[in-house]
Amino acid sequence: MRKKLVEFRNVSFRYGDEGPWVLKNCSFEIYENEWVAIIGHNGSGKSTIAKLLNGLLFPQEGEIIIDGKQVNEASIWSIRKEVGMVFQNPDNQFVGATVQDDVAFGMENRGVPRDEMKKRITETLSAVRMQDYRLIEPHRLSGGQKQRVAIASVLAISPKVLILDEATAMLDPSGRKEIMDTVGSIQHLNGLSLITITHDLQEVVQADRVIVMNSGEIWKEALPREIFREKDALRKIGLDVPFVAILADELKQAGVNLQAAPLNHEELLEDLWTLHSKT
Amino acid sequence: MDITFKNVTYIYQQNTPFAHKAIEDLSFHVESGSILAVIGHTGSGKSTLIQHLNGLSVPTEGEVSIGEYRLSKDHKLKDMKELRSRVGVVFQYPEHQLFEETVAKDIAFGPQNFDVPESEINRRIKEIIPAVGLPESILERSPFDLSGGQMRRVAIAGVLAVKPDVLVLDEPTAGLDPRGQKEIMDMFYKLHKEQGLTTVLVTHSMEDALKYADRILILNKGTKFMEGTPEEVFEQKEALQSVQLDVPESVQFLSKFEKRFGHAIPFQKQSVEEIAQTIQQIIKGAESR
Repeated sequence: MRKKLVEFRNVSFRYGDEGPWVLKNCSFEIYENEWVAIIGHNGSGKSTIAKLLNGLLFPQEGEIIIDGKQVNEASIWSIRKEVGMVFQNPDNQFVGATVQDDVAFGMENRGVPRDEMKKRITETLSAVRMQDYRLIEPHRLSGGQKQRVAIASVLAISPKVLILDEATAMLDPSGRKEIMDTVGSIQHLNGLSLITITHDLQEVVQADRVIVMNSGEIWKEALPREIFREKDALRKIGLDVPFVAILADELKQAGVNLQAAPLNHEELLEDLWTLHSKT
Repeated sequence: MDITFKNVTYIYQQNTPFAHKAIEDLSFHVESGSILAVIGHTGSGKSTLIQHLNGLSVPTEGEVSIGEYRLSKDHKLKDMKELRSRVGVVFQYPEHQLFEETVAKDIAFGPQNFDVPESEINRRIKEIIPAVGLPESILERSPFDLSGGQMRRVAIAGVLAVKPDVLVLDEPTAGLDPRGQKEIMDMFYKLHKEQGLTTVLVTHSMEDALKYADRILILNKGTKFMEGTPEEVFEQKEALQSVQLDVPESVQFLSKFEKRFGHAIPFQKQSVEEIAQTIQQIIKGAESR
């Protein structure tokens, strides 16, 4: 049986005692070696979920369980060993004087032996293609490069749960794809729970499961394919639909008898090819 | 206002060991009233280009002209302030620049610096607030109590309140959700049309460049890599990929379609609906054969 690594039980949260509820009675589970994308418009509560996951915030109602442990004041230090987080703005998460110092920082705090640290620095910096920048000062890097280092720093502490909170938002499209491929392969190697909080449709397509947030509530939880069928409903809650889903829809309107809802160009072309060669 | 770069080179910290050429021999022209999209990677010279548009940087070699203003190393403008009142720059994450107690005071800060009379400022604020999609009730609130999207609109209103002729947008939709991105771009497009602005849009989004720009300038390592209409530029898929830039998704799909079916569907900025109809005809053609 798959191990449950993250569980939200009827979680509600608001900032202050008077504020509006940012999360309302949210429940979901995430398993090991599973990639879950959380999508939603700005202010839908998705980043609050990330902050609750490693005890940056605590819920007023409900419980959050990480790898069998409830998140509370007493457990946050052990929870934070399990939950690695990369945020949107890389400037806010740099501490080291050089790239390799920065990657080492998290490991130093966790008492990783020196030889192991050196090995992991090389591994993770290569994984994000920053191995040539080991001795560079962070302020000399571009935003995208900084973010790659931030991802390497988190991967270096080998957490069980990795959260990317719009972490690729500042990268260019090809950089974004490389990062997603990288974290995808590391996820499978280590059996990580990967949680990507994103607007990027490509990241949603790659996920095993999608949780759609709207106004603090879970609006839907399903496979990417099922989510993108709800084209009009997604638009209504401020989200976008991939080009391929829009084109598939238009093709059906034009009388092309497509079999399934395609998730990418290749699936759609395959389907069209089948129709094309029938005669 | 017309914008012309003529053989512009810019070197940071010239004659020092740190000298660094950010732009080299760059020439292009933006026609008054049009939208130019500037695309390129980090370090391609986009930011340096922007700094030349309102005199934050002056060319090391060559000449920049913006309307009647000329900037070159031998011709320093006497009145840089006047140029800056004509060229409004919306920097990346402009909401980080908010600082005043109220939204109204923050918007007024720009025009006050250009000596616009108080009564005229108030008139402009009344006009701009609905144009950027904000309610008038927001004017007396602190800009720091607003949502991210609202803060960005306030910051943009502050640039518009100076009434520039040229609008320079540096990744104006970064960090917004899809709806916010579309709203902001549609807002700029409307302002551009209504006020007859000349707009320079720096973006990573090929989709936005395709949708809004009249012409596209692609920078690579400080030089012009390509220039043309969206149709002309996005036809050059291989060349763009050689500098790690993607073409819009619709163009990518058409090229994959051609490879698979041996049928070229030329890209002419057609809608998804039109693409679907063309594909339908190709498939139907096969069925009736």
